Amino acid sequence: MSRVEDKSIDKATQEMLRRAKDENITVSWDRLESQSPQCGFGQLGTCCTICNMGPCRIDPFGEGATVGVCGANADAIAARNLARKIAVGTAAHSDHGRDVAHTLAHIAHHQGNKTAGGGHSHDYEIIDTEKFKKLASEFGVDTSKPQGQIAAELSAKLLGEFGKQDGELELLRRAPKKRQEIWRNLGICPRGIDREVVELLHTTTMGVDNDYKNIIKNGMRCALADGWGGSMIATDVQDVILGSPRPIRGRVNLGVLKEKYVNVVVHGHEPVLSDMVVRASKDPELVKFAKSVGADGINLAGICCTANEVLMRHGIPIAGNFLQQELAIITGAVEVMIVDVQCIMPALHEVASCFHTKLVTTSSKARFPGVEHIEFSQEKAYEIAKQIIRLAVENFRNRKKERVNIPKHEMDLVAGFTKDVIFQMLGGRYRATYRPLSDAIISGRLRGLAGVVGCNNPKQTHDYYHTALVKELIKNDVLVLQTGCAAIACAKQGLLVPEAAKAYAGKGLQEICEAVGIPPVLHLGACVDNSRILTAASHIIEEGGLGEDLSDIPAAGCAPEWMSEKAIAIGFYFVASGVYTVFGASPFATLGSANLTEYLTKELEGVVGGRFEFCDDPLKMAELMIEHIDKKRKALKLKPWMYAR
Amino acid sequence: MDVRKIKKLYYDVKKCLGCRSCEIACALAHSQNRELIASVKAGTLALPRKKVCFAKGKSYPVSCRHCREPKCVDACMAAAITFDAEKGLVVHDDTRCVGCWMCVMACPYGAIRPNLKAKLPVRCDMCPDEEEPACVKGCPTKAVIWQEEKR
Repeated sequence: MSRVEDKSIDKATQEMLRRAKDENITVSWDRLESQSPQCGFGQLGTCCTICNMGPCRIDPFGEGATVGVCGANADAIAARNLARKIAVGTAAHSDHGRDVAHTLAHIAHHQGNKTAGGGHSHDYEIIDTEKFKKLASEFGVDTSKPQGQIAAELSAKLLGEFGKQDGELELLRRAPKKRQEIWRNLGICPRGIDREVVELLHTTTMGVDNDYKNIIKNGMRCALADGWGGSMIATDVQDVILGSPRPIRGRVNLGVLKEKYVNVVVHGHEPVLSDMVVRASKDPELVKFAKSVGADGINLAGICCTANEVLMRHGIPIAGNFLQQELAIITGAVEVMIVDVQCIMPALHEVASCFHTKLVTTSSKARFPGVEHIEFSQEKAYEIAKQIIRLAVENFRNRKKERVNIPKHEMDLVAGFTKDVIFQMLGGRYRATYRPLSDAIISGRLRGLAGVVGCNNPKQTHDYYHTALVKELIKNDVLVLQTGCAAIACAKQGLLVPEAAKAYAGKGLQEICEAVGIPPVLHLGACVDNSRILTAASHIIEEGGLGEDLSDIPAAGCAPEWMSEKAIAIGFYFVASGVYTVFGASPFATLGSANLTEYLTKELEGVVGGRFEFCDDPLKMAELMIEHIDKKRKALKLKPWMYAR
Repeated sequence: MDVRKIKKLYYDVKKCLGCRSCEIACALAHSQNRELIASVKAGTLALPRKKVCFAKGKSYPVSCRHCREPKCVDACMAAAITFDAEKGLVVHDDTRCVGCWMCVMACPYGAIRPNLKAKLPVRCDMCPDEEEPACVKGCPTKAVIWQEEKR
């Protein structure tokens, strides 16, 4: 993969890769090359480093060791390794959810103080009061009480979900009745979010669970605690305290960085800080300061999921997805890159040191040696955000004009579709309902639904898998829902605008997009917002006509360019919710165990209604997903696809 | 050709971590589909012609040394194994092999193993169609060295 065209289909990325090469700057693609060939045992999942009798490896050629020192075979080793990744992915999303719930608790605390006559103002407030009350009543909080009190009780209950020992997570009740029954019968209803993570880690330690099927069962319970727990809490509470997204136009790709402006890039995942940075970047005093140093103003842009969050809520442009984080710095035009947690490459520091760019870490959970750390605190959120923006403005002077090289490429997109908005778009504001969506599927105008989500991975041509797959799906009248870096990939290729329907979608999908003015590909938010897809699907079942369970819906999921442990957790909560899910790149390191692979890709469907598929060709992925959608249409005895070719 | 110009495999045992990446690289170079995931999926992963052995706390890769006076050639009753002096390679003709495993017995380095399924010996062929043997690139610590024989 030495040609830039093989590394990425994105023109801006190609341009920056050429520049990186000219300037001798190492980026992830180069590091992949120096890591190749990667360890075969790791790829097959049969290397076990759990105890100090090891590391043990199972011989893939069948000639050598078939069990580790403790006697664990390939099935147990691969399953334990996989389960640990589920636990980590769940922990990442859920810890994010916990922080957001804490912010709600802070709001309650301050509102309580205010009504008591004392206290000081707080930077956050409850913005979506309707959703706030809805959520409170779901948790059994009396919504007639004063707002501060509801917030106090609700946040206590939300935080309680993490530490709960018994019973079931509250939000599982959003799932269709039949799905809840399936979980109960299998004994995989998560009890408390933290408990599931801890218990799964316990079961995978030396000498505990050796039955790969049982390990996967416990893994699914943990993943459900992510999708229907931690992630869902993160999404819902963010909507409450930062505002629910509405469809909004935005711009995407490195071209959104502006030559004459102080460029600040937010990168990471938790919008609680980046939302404040958005406010600070518009602070008249700071804008004036920026002008005083010779800039035209302050330009904020995002990378990764925090970009999706501030795009959805404020229309802040997106500079790029995961693999573009280093490239944004290589434009030479970024004054400050603010990072919090997750998907932040340790390499950023070195790339930043080639330019004037200041990398600023903000979370006590993610420190980088030698990098300036300005710790975020909910108490002084706005003040800290202003401090960082000020730092950026001050750094503008250090920018070397001759080293600025911003690719001209940028693209329009429409984002901000939530489960509530899909309602309103399709049914109209006054009769908000999923009926028209369900009817479209029932009549065959829409063939089905697909969720295409996930990361980037230098092992695959950047953005190609996402776009080729999505284009093929919409051509076949499958409405595509996207989140995370997958959404950014397709946005850059112009698939997230209403006009894309005419250019790429099949006739049925075109008719729907034109009637309601939506793009054929809907951007639902950050990767933590995959929970929105679960709730949307539950609403579809509630609406009736498409079966009684999530697994009945003619729908499929896919993460074509995945790399993170979080993607594994997401995959498992989708499969455990009955969704057929395709993973691209290399499979989850399970091939060293034929039994485990067989279980995940075949038998699991008989257990939870959903299963995995591993595939590395985007067109083949589309074919598999459509095949599954057609199978589900047939099972529901729906009319055939209206515009079948 | 001058025999001294012939390249051979050498190992820097101090650098060998025993990771067995050379085994995997070797197996892939001799598999129909040269990619690990696809080969395992299709069940076409070949046997490695090189093995990492462990002794006295050290690990070292073992594969056919292509001896100039090969014991296996002497032992082969079917004349399936021959020494190509020009290329400096011990080569074997699968069609002549009768599966007596005398070569396996005779090799002083234990570098030939029987493939019981295919009834053929598994032995390094120095990747004749490639620029260099696959294990050279496959070694993450550069413990496998491909250079001219020094005499």
